[in-house]
Amino acid sequence: MANKNVDFHVTGDQNVTYKKAGKRRLFTNPDADEAREFFHAKSRRMVDKTTTVKEAVSRYIQNGDYFAAGGFGSNRIPAAVLHEMVKQKKKNLGFAGHTSTHDMQILIAGNCLDRCDAAYIVGLEARGLSKISRKAFETGAIEATEWSNATLAWRYKAAAMGLSFLPARSTLGTDTLKYSAAVEMPCPYTGKKYAAVPALYPDVAAIHVHRSDIYGNCQIQGIAVSDLDLARAAKRLIITTEQIIHNEDIRRAPHSTVIPYYLVDAVIEVPYGAYPSNMAYEYFTDEDHLMEWLKAEKDEEELKKFLDKNIYNCENHWDYLEANGGLERMNQLRTQENLTDRR
Amino acid sequence: MNSYNGMELMICLASRYLGDDGTVVVGTGAPCAAAMLAQKTRAPKLMIMFEAGGVGPLLPSMPISVGDSRTYYKGLVSTSMPEIMETCQRGMVDYTFLGGAQIDMYGNINSTHIGDYETPKVRFPGSGGANDLASLCWRTMMITPQDKNRFTNDINFITSPGYLTGKGAREAAGLPPGCGPYKIITDLAVLGFDEETCRMQVELIHLGVTREQIIENTGFELLWADEVLESAPPSEVELEILRNEVDPRRYIIGRG
Repeated sequence: MANKNVDFHVTGDQNVTYKKAGKRRLFTNPDADEAREFFHAKSRRMVDKTTTVKEAVSRYIQNGDYFAAGGFGSNRIPAAVLHEMVKQKKKNLGFAGHTSTHDMQILIAGNCLDRCDAAYIVGLEARGLSKISRKAFETGAIEATEWSNATLAWRYKAAAMGLSFLPARSTLGTDTLKYSAAVEMPCPYTGKKYAAVPALYPDVAAIHVHRSDIYGNCQIQGIAVSDLDLARAAKRLIITTEQIIHNEDIRRAPHSTVIPYYLVDAVIEVPYGAYPSNMAYEYFTDEDHLMEWLKAEKDEEELKKFLDKNIYNCENHWDYLEANGGLERMNQLRTQENLTDRR
Repeated sequence: MNSYNGMELMICLASRYLGDDGTVVVGTGAPCAAAMLAQKTRAPKLMIMFEAGGVGPLLPSMPISVGDSRTYYKGLVSTSMPEIMETCQRGMVDYTFLGGAQIDMYGNINSTHIGDYETPKVRFPGSGGANDLASLCWRTMMITPQDKNRFTNDINFITSPGYLTGKGAREAAGLPPGCGPYKIITDLAVLGFDEETCRMQVELIHLGVTREQIIENTGFELLWADEVLESAPPSEVELEILRNEVDPRRYIIGRG
């Protein structure tokens, strides 16, 4: 039973010193007032934001921007946007390597990145390591600052809260902290040590969702990963959606809206828009295609042919799907996702 | 006598450390197989969680990604990464399993790179959720083959904390007290950690393995528990469930 009379507030003066624990570069400004100024100017008008992937990428993603992708590497990634970024030859982007796997692999194939907050990079989980991604980091072509998945997720959260940092209890004592840009600080109440992780306000993010209305009110099924915080942290937000639904359908189930329209700049309907990644309750990962990617990376000529087939020669996401088995393949992946082959 | 390979042995042994009222955050591969096996044998109520947000699935098959839809198939909650990590930070996750390229005698793990940081010889994925799980879960375990290159004190980078430099070092660094590496399950032995020094010690030796073999395959000096016992080999029931229900396509156990 807690003693309700205890006063936990700080007693006496504390002599606070901050230790710059992480020696790597901080790529984005954590200042909350700078962010407030930006968000103050951002339109809150509920207007039709539907557009094309081409237009959204050209308008909202500029060379040099800091970019973040929603989802979890091979799950619910905004694949159509990533391909278009490669086609439009976006350059010198910063990137949030937050459980990034296939999403990062696409952008590295397009030579789009030059700096990265690295929590999980270069691998595709159990599938193996991406050769071109490894090379980009091993040669120093992409500058890295280390984080962990939680500290990077909490960097989004700090930004989503409109703050400049959050305290965290992981990474302390390790090289992951030493090669980050975090600062050690004592808790003002208990004096215990924390890693203060700076807010991350990406210039632009792209998130693929299950349903959105034309204004950008979004519903997501399955796990949210870090997308609820990312949607709030990002200054500009591009939404691709499996399906555009009526605003009435949003209003019929307001508890299902996880991203409100005022965070969103562009909405594009892209069915199978997360392909070849997994879309909860819709389609499973195309494991064969991901293995083809990894294999193609082993030979420069093969990779060029592969990228021509899957990105450069595709006018849009429909062409990409068509190049990989079209609706028949999508239907197989739907069967796999829903385990309807095992009834 | 059952015959089994090294991977099957490691998974069966690992599964026995998972208790019925425990919570465990696992990745894909051998740890997930161990958790599934535990759930189908001695710990049916074991709560399995995945760092991307899946909680309490009735796993129909082995997930390929820790964020794929199998990780919350018929689950209790499909939530978020911050939710899982904050549950760890609140002290509600008992076990986790990690992997890595190198481990030292204090159980510190490298999964970031070999070589120097700026231009590494080999770049690995980095922490992912490993650092957070090793920092915040009560008991960290590892399933790994044992060899000299992997078990080394010349660790290039401490990605995830073991006992850092010894007793009290985690707490001094600011990590929550009372947690840390628990068991390292290898193809030769089960290793624990000496309470006084926090150094790795041999606790169980697998059937047919000699002390010399273990020493030869370790790059640092190991301690030995006062009483080193032989590990109990996989039972017929464990092997049957592992082979037929947990990993029928031999994705993991085929690597043994």
